[in-house]
Amino acid sequence: MTTQTQTECRSLLAAERHGFWHLVHSEWTKFRTVRGWVVAVLITIVVIPAFAFVSTSRGDGCATGNGSGTASPVACPAQPTGPGGVPVIDEFYFAHQPVTGNGTITAAVTSLTGQALVGSNQLAPAGLEPWSKAGIILKESTAQGSAYAAMMVTGSHGARMQWDYVNDTAGLTGSVSPSAPRWLRLVRDGRTITGYDSADGTHWTLVGAATLPGLTSTVQAGLFAAGSFSDTGESILATGVFRHIGLSWPAAGWTGTNIGGPNAVPVPGTLRHSAGTLTVASFGDISPAAGGAYMGSGQPIQDVLAGTFLGLIPLIVVAVLFITAEYRRKLICVSLIAAPRRGRLLAAKAVVIGAVGFVAGLVGATLALAVGIHLLHGNLQWPVSLLIETRIVVGTAALLGVAAVLALAIGTIVRRSASAVATVIVVIFVPHLLAFNPLSNGNGPGAPGGWELQITPAAALSVQQSAPRFHQLLTNYSPNAGYYPLSPWAGLAVECAWAAAALALAFLLLRRRDA
Amino acid sequence: MSLTVRAPAPRYPLGHALHAEWTKFRTMAGPSWLLAGLVTLTVVGLAAASAARCQSATCRIDPAMVSFAGIYLGQAVAAVTGVLAIGNEYSTGMIKLSLTAMPRRLTWLFAKATVLTAPVLAAAALAVAGSALAGRLILPGHGFTPAHGYASLTSATDIRAATGAVLYLTLIALLSLGLAAAVRDSAATIGLVLGVLYLFPLAAAIVSSPALARHLDQIGPLPAGLDAQATIGVNSLPLTPWQGLGVVALWTAAALLLGALALIIRDA
Repeated sequence: MTTQTQTECRSLLAAERHGFWHLVHSEWTKFRTVRGWVVAVLITIVVIPAFAFVSTSRGDGCATGNGSGTASPVACPAQPTGPGGVPVIDEFYFAHQPVTGNGTITAAVTSLTGQALVGSNQLAPAGLEPWSKAGIILKESTAQGSAYAAMMVTGSHGARMQWDYVNDTAGLTGSVSPSAPRWLRLVRDGRTITGYDSADGTHWTLVGAATLPGLTSTVQAGLFAAGSFSDTGESILATGVFRHIGLSWPAAGWTGTNIGGPNAVPVPGTLRHSAGTLTVASFGDISPAAGGAYMGSGQPIQDVLAGTFLGLIPLIVVAVLFITAEYRRKLICVSLIAAPRRGRLLAAKAVVIGAVGFVAGLVGATLALAVGIHLLHGNLQWPVSLLIETRIVVGTAALLGVAAVLALAIGTIVRRSASAVATVIVVIFVPHLLAFNPLSNGNGPGAPGGWELQITPAAALSVQQSAPRFHQLLTNYSPNAGYYPLSPWAGLAVECAWAAAALALAFLLLRRRDA
Repeated sequence: MSLTVRAPAPRYPLGHALHAEWTKFRTMAGPSWLLAGLVTLTVVGLAAASAARCQSATCRIDPAMVSFAGIYLGQAVAAVTGVLAIGNEYSTGMIKLSLTAMPRRLTWLFAKATVLTAPVLAAAALAVAGSALAGRLILPGHGFTPAHGYASLTSATDIRAATGAVLYLTLIALLSLGLAAAVRDSAATIGLVLGVLYLFPLAAAIVSSPALARHLDQIGPLPAGLDAQATIGVNSLPLTPWQGLGVVALWTAAALLLGALALIIRDA
């Protein structure tokens, strides 16, 4: 504006008081009476569930967590599931005997070594991984995915108790050697299995107690080894040496079984007897199949909400126009004269557009989830509780509401529709595109996306993450595998911080500038 | 004997239309700021992607994709420039005057498109040259060395990739111009254009069917445009580089056609 019009939009009624909710009501009236805006918000509500049909469509090929989109069309290997429907990796060598009722198994591990498989059938001299493991285990059966509780020594995380694939508790620290053996004990009492460890076989420390619901009376007790995988995906052969093996149940002799079949691992595991020792060597792992370790064809639940992006576009356009249309039609002068306290005018607009975005998101996300769970029937990668579903729906609604406020603030700052719309779309969409683009991802293990999804408004997409992360499973927790670097609410907080900062700048500019 | 003087039919030569449009373009502050933004953002975008490292001979990262990562941002500015070239006429009401002065609407649209193309092409060339130069300076330090299979960053392939990037940005500006003529509202048009650009690759990353993902990568203008900028693994891309550029050109042609039809059929 030129200097001649400096005071054009200043009100002479500045002293008059206006109720804030009165202002909100008048802004709501402005919003709902523009047919195009209402139609745009309805489009937002419709496209979010509609896109679930695209994002869940299945071809004959197999898309695993690598997200390259160019995977060869081969059938997906089935991913076994454990208790609670959790996808698991359950491949190891199990020296076992059947035991019935309550009792105790004890063993001392005197050595744990690892060798990486290089080439087709060649072993590197060394290559113990942090989560290579060997120890004692009580497992319901030799079927993949059956319930278990185990005490074990690991490559670099000391002694651990693990049960039912997802649970892990730390015991004694330090690595195992013939001079510093680790004594491990599991005590079964009904459905509860308690784990103990000891450095000398006389002083025992409680590590943890596991309750395995529905555990049968007869289970398999024995020794196991599983080498886990290196960060570049190589299979590791773990060799555990056991001494002082004692079972309180009547002894029945050891049977060796490759859980998952002999072809599940590169080379079937082995059991060797020698004077007073048993040596178990095996590839494979016992762990949840999360992140890049998941090889099945299931999709994470957030895939049904992929339409969030599509729905954001009309909402952002409307939120920007909610303020820039006033500038274009010079209605802003009337608005500002009617509501001379400019901050409150902006606040009223933010309340209206934020609420519109939130409600549109709530309806859209609820419909998408309802439709999507039906579409994904039996093809869900990770079981999702009602609590997580609620968090995903409410979080998505908040994501849209805050995005609308951000768009309103940018619109107020820029005052030009096209530039404001482009800015908001770019700051939300481009970081996401770059995060999915392998060139900017850290290629190493545990590099979950990068700065793109931590410091930009796109961080808010983490409210849709559904699968948990496991410290005992080192794998690729990347956006392609459905993981975001920030926790759900922290990601949303980043978007809120951007919206708050933009709103603050908009307040300042609106106050200082002539409209 | 009749005294009526037959006035010659008015002529509307293209040259005049071009001159008029060029005067509009040149005398407005917006376009030059946008073009400066196009260059800046495209070059700066490289900084974000320069976290890419190549540690072995098998890292399979395309250095051109790293150098031209700023195009993700730059194309949004190109799109805004294209949208505003026509959107501004509608939002200010100037369109009535423009079409009164130049009743041949197709000539007017052609002049608009031509006047947009030349500066955008120049700015895109500057932006891509800047990105390529910056990439040439930064990337060898990040492991993109002959030892890792990156013999030269100035081969014929690299020049083809840079040309592809320049043409891509220009085509996106023209696509936006065509859609703006059809939609008339700047905000809605830019939402539409950026949706068409960004949603295809986002959807392709999510869909579970690889065949569908590949089709989305073939149809979408952004992934097709990226194929035109690729320098390694060209044989495994969903489209060859020139096919990729062809797909973008088809999108642009369709948008311009739509804009032209709307302009002819509709009252402005």
